[in-house]
Amino acid sequence: MTTEIKPQIDVRQPVEYTDARVNANIPAGPIEQKWSKHKFEMKLVNPSNRRKYTVIVVGTGLAGGAAAATMAEMGYNVKAFCYQDSARRAHSIAAQGGINAAKNYRNDGDSVYRLFYDTIKGGDFRAREANVYRLAELSVNIIDQCVAQGVPFAREYSGYLDNRSFGGAQVSRTFYARGQTGQQLMLGAYQALSRQVAAGNVDLNERTEMLDVIVIDGRARGIVTRDMVTGKIESHLADAVVLATGGYSNVFYLSTNAKGCNVTATWRAHKRGAFFANPCYTQIHPTCIPVSGDHQSKLTLMSESLRNDGRVWVPLKAGDPRSPDKIPENERDYYLERRYPSYGNLAPRDIASRAAKVVCDEGRGVGPGGLGVYLDFTAAIKRLGESTVRERYGNLFDMYERITGENPYKVPMRIYPAVHYTMGGLWVDYNLMSTIPGLFVGGEANFSDHGANRLGASALMQGLADGYFVLPATISNYLAQGGLEKVDTTHSAVQEAVQSVTAQTQKFLDIKGTRTVDSFHRELGKIMWEYCGMSRTDEGLRYALQRIPELRQQFWSDLRVLGSGDDLNQELEKAGRVADFIELAELMCLDALERAESCGGHFREESQTPDGEALRNDDEYCYVAAWEHTGEPSKAVLHRETLHFENIHLAQRSYK
Amino acid sequence: MKITVNVWRQKNASSKGQLVKYLVDHVSPDMSFLEMLDILNQQLMAKGEEPVAFDHDCREGICGSCGVVINGLAHGGQLATTTCQLHMRKFKDGDNITVEPWRANAFPVIKDLVVDRGSFDRIIQAGGFISAHTGSAPDANGTPIPKENADLAFEGAQCIGCGACVAACPNASAMLFTSAKVGHLGLLPQGQPERQQRVLKMVAQMDAEGFGGCTNIGECSAACPKEIGLHFIGRLNRDLLGATLRGGSTVD
Repeated sequence: MTTEIKPQIDVRQPVEYTDARVNANIPAGPIEQKWSKHKFEMKLVNPSNRRKYTVIVVGTGLAGGAAAATMAEMGYNVKAFCYQDSARRAHSIAAQGGINAAKNYRNDGDSVYRLFYDTIKGGDFRAREANVYRLAELSVNIIDQCVAQGVPFAREYSGYLDNRSFGGAQVSRTFYARGQTGQQLMLGAYQALSRQVAAGNVDLNERTEMLDVIVIDGRARGIVTRDMVTGKIESHLADAVVLATGGYSNVFYLSTNAKGCNVTATWRAHKRGAFFANPCYTQIHPTCIPVSGDHQSKLTLMSESLRNDGRVWVPLKAGDPRSPDKIPENERDYYLERRYPSYGNLAPRDIASRAAKVVCDEGRGVGPGGLGVYLDFTAAIKRLGESTVRERYGNLFDMYERITGENPYKVPMRIYPAVHYTMGGLWVDYNLMSTIPGLFVGGEANFSDHGANRLGASALMQGLADGYFVLPATISNYLAQGGLEKVDTTHSAVQEAVQSVTAQTQKFLDIKGTRTVDSFHRELGKIMWEYCGMSRTDEGLRYALQRIPELRQQFWSDLRVLGSGDDLNQELEKAGRVADFIELAELMCLDALERAESCGGHFREESQTPDGEALRNDDEYCYVAAWEHTGEPSKAVLHRETLHFENIHLAQRSYK
Repeated sequence: MKITVNVWRQKNASSKGQLVKYLVDHVSPDMSFLEMLDILNQQLMAKGEEPVAFDHDCREGICGSCGVVINGLAHGGQLATTTCQLHMRKFKDGDNITVEPWRANAFPVIKDLVVDRGSFDRIIQAGGFISAHTGSAPDANGTPIPKENADLAFEGAQCIGCGACVAACPNASAMLFTSAKVGHLGLLPQGQPERQQRVLKMVAQMDAEGFGGCTNIGECSAACPKEIGLHFIGRLNRDLLGATLRGGSTVD
């Protein structure tokens, strides 16, 4: 039903780097047929045999919840784990704006191919074409599935689904449920999961944190967990393991992620042999509420959808002390509309964030410390009326007022960029399997679909595509190939993993130093924001690579964790997470240093165009950087997976 | 600001708890309530005392993790606001604030301010879903849904499962929580086939968990951070009556 329009093909092959350890296993054939052909060629498990297999799913957000529910429906035994007190609270719940799908319900020229094209371009040509095409293809099934589950998407008076526009696209393809789209999709997956829990097909373990992967004969065969209420450390065995444990934005301490979001599951899998891909690709979201003081514990996003109707501006003059309503039109700089006339306020996130940094660096920022820009709804309220604006964004406006004490219907919002999403993650092949056979990775935890920059409303799409459609198919294929020996908890690899987790947990309690976990985490966050944040330099990254190991050394000698390991101990939980963040931070800086080009969210000051845009270097860096752990983050070994652009030609991204 | 807090301290589920008084200094009006508790915890740890355990995660008012009773009111009494979104500018220098966990038999205390809300999950597991097998869905625009119904369904679907309704209710009833889900799914065409069974099973589970009965007091809706209306309870009662009379059958 969608019209496929292919832009002219102009293939420029980059230098070949790929080594065999990172073979993406992309099916042959034209891009439109890869997934359907692959689905046919993959092996299946007979329905009556599925109950003989156990699959562990860590994380119950969109990717994990959907995968667990779907595989349980298919007949597999599923064991699901989450650190939250309920599966419904996974951080996918906080996504606000919407979910993209190439339904073309607006008849405005959308198609699977266009969504594919926009996502590749939005990712600044650093994503794998085959994965992205599959994502665009599955997007339409996701909306169908969610509506069938009772997800109350916004509708028009006709009763049909409504859409809105989002950054980086010139069509309206975003489905939404007021400002709570993530919540509604999350509850859809949670309810599907709950149904399987009641049916006895899913053993759901809440308040349980995964602390290690068990690898036997080179394959992922289970995990080690700690019960956060009783402190019990246990092993769980299975035939395949899925990590859907989200991103690592909290390495910056301040981010829009939930406080509990962490890298522990993926990092510990990395230390067991899973390659970590593109760790330096982080997304700084342009529209967050600015920091209000040293007490700040997290940052709050104001949905990108606000840029549909809000206009971003700063005063023309640096240090203008006037209140916004006293600054006349001709003394304002609507810098996004000025610099990017065709996309205007809907320029992609990385571009809008850097543009905000530029005007603030020029001294034209507003609010305390000059770290803010206005997002102004005056024109929209005049055009649409306050009630329409309230209907579209009411909950976001209310949230803004609760946090800042200012009324955005009367005074322009103040916003500033904040870390929001991490495109990097564990390296996976086309089947979403990591370099540890049997260890699959879905959602934000993998690196696969967003390249160097994720477009708005694409994270929900990817999480659900992975969970509902990709993982159940590729895991069946893996299991059907057989060769899995029976293992039990007496195996030496199981014992070793349990002992190492037990020893580390005790170590945190035994240091008995003077500094709290948070004090180390904040210090780490400052280093990362300063040297590995919105813009990066060779010199700064080298400095960070010197500072981080020092901080790690202090952490392990001067940490204070009180209480015991035998009951609920939130400081102990945080200690494990921060220990991993410190190690990850080093790898991120190493990756950022190695990639001496700018692309998407990764901006190297040495590599920019004369007008300050990110300048890619396709001749040298058109690859995925997959890092292998060899004992120390600083000694990680780089494996390169070359990216081939056979359908969309490599071009300098322009939103002007 | 300087604030005095009386915080419920309880080592674990089996021990007895008590209110303990602490002075928190350097409180900024721009801090959230949980950031004030963060400061308290940093102070306690500096003195070698164990920090206060409290549930929290997104700190944006949507995950439903946080929730404490502040001066007798669930989430502190600010309209449509979770504890994490309550800010210290709502308090004055020198204020005395009592902080307690949700109190209900169906929400046993785990530690300090942390309670076990697994009973809510079990109510959803009893029937709070539409059985739509992955991959079986027709085109999303195949069934138009009147906007008023979709909007009303959304209103119920907004529930974050925080438990404030139970904490605010003198009977510790979970009727608002249960009715929000019954209403959300029952208002949609996709939810019709299981509508009768759903309400019967969810209400039975709610009773089995030890939640109290509803006596139409309305504290639940007043405390609800998503402002879910009491009319959902009316809707549940209508569905429950109908389903009971039909013996759970969808055939008239």
